[in-house]
Amino acid sequence: MLAGLTWLLVFQCLGEALVRMLGLPVPGPVAGMLLLFVALRLRGTLPANVDTAATALLQHLSLLFVPAGVGVMLHYGRIADEWAAIMIAIVVSTVLTIAVTAVVMRALIGRQMPAAADAAEPSSSDPPEH
Amino acid sequence: MQAMPLTDIWVYLAGTPLLGLTLTLVAYQGGYWVYARAGFRPLLNPVLLAVTFIVIVLALTGTEYRTYFDGAQFVHFLLGPAVVALAVPLAREWDSVKRLALPIAGALGAGSLVALGSAVGVAWMLGASPATLLSLAPKSVTAPIAMGIAEKIGGLPALAAVFAVTTGVIGAALGKYVLDALRIGDWRVRGFALGVAAHGIGTARAFQVNPKAGAYAGLAFGLHGAFAALAFPLIYAVARRWIGG
Repeated sequence: MLAGLTWLLVFQCLGEALVRMLGLPVPGPVAGMLLLFVALRLRGTLPANVDTAATALLQHLSLLFVPAGVGVMLHYGRIADEWAAIMIAIVVSTVLTIAVTAVVMRALIGRQMPAAADAAEPSSSDPPEH
Repeated sequence: MQAMPLTDIWVYLAGTPLLGLTLTLVAYQGGYWVYARAGFRPLLNPVLLAVTFIVIVLALTGTEYRTYFDGAQFVHFLLGPAVVALAVPLAREWDSVKRLALPIAGALGAGSLVALGSAVGVAWMLGASPATLLSLAPKSVTAPIAMGIAEKIGGLPALAAVFAVTTGVIGAALGKYVLDALRIGDWRVRGFALGVAAHGIGTARAFQVNPKAGAYAGLAFGLHGAFAALAFPLIYAVARRWIGG
């Protein structure tokens, strides 16, 4: 776990350094993710310690957003004044984004694999849980 | 050591990072417990419950956000390594991802532009202020990246983070109903749509439901962050010139 977490931090540092060196407009952690991805593909196998650390972090990913969410109290005044516009915009936009992304992806997969592809995928008669 | 009166203990604790950190973890685990007890009902999102609880505690005790964040920053900091960690599910699913390069690129581009355009468009029609509009623009991108984008285009970073978290909670809560209504059965598509629209919070939800959906949500969440960080400031610059603002 500790070794795995160290690797994640090392790759984040490499990402931050790369972004600054080349003046890339991508956030450092995103560059770190791409570097780690390349390293894992080159290596061919997934080291158990990296897997453990990554799985632990991703399992409680939503915890990490709590401090930013509490920042709502900094902008209480603005949000109180405009809450209806903000909430309607977020709900409408989020529903539309989910729908459009899913429909476009399904259509493109269908076009690419007319045989309806992977038997491993659940069919729509097998309703998913989420 | 002499015993302290209760108020002094509070003053001491409230001044150290320990309290903000502990409060964050306790509130989240409490929220998660309720969420699990309720059979993972999407509407009882643990982030929503935890944030609500913490805001109430801070308001009742008159604690400032900055004081709270002194402790909570240790949790916030882990968003960076968590983004790096997305390489792991991506590497694991790579063989299936590779074959879907075109559907992934198309869905990401369409979803990202709809997220940007519809949020700004709807809020603008409802009369939201310019600072709110610019902070809403990156709302489907994960909080740390949304803050960077908002800063670049003249929004308010902390407000952008709040909008991003709100979007994540709403996407995680409503995703199931939208995808069921559209009869989307493919876990890859379900996960990807949640990741594009609701970044890390949608991804967390997807991982709780199905590992393949989680991997695709993580992929979408990472790609959307990278894409938006590149594209949104450009789109803003073009739009500004076009409007003449």
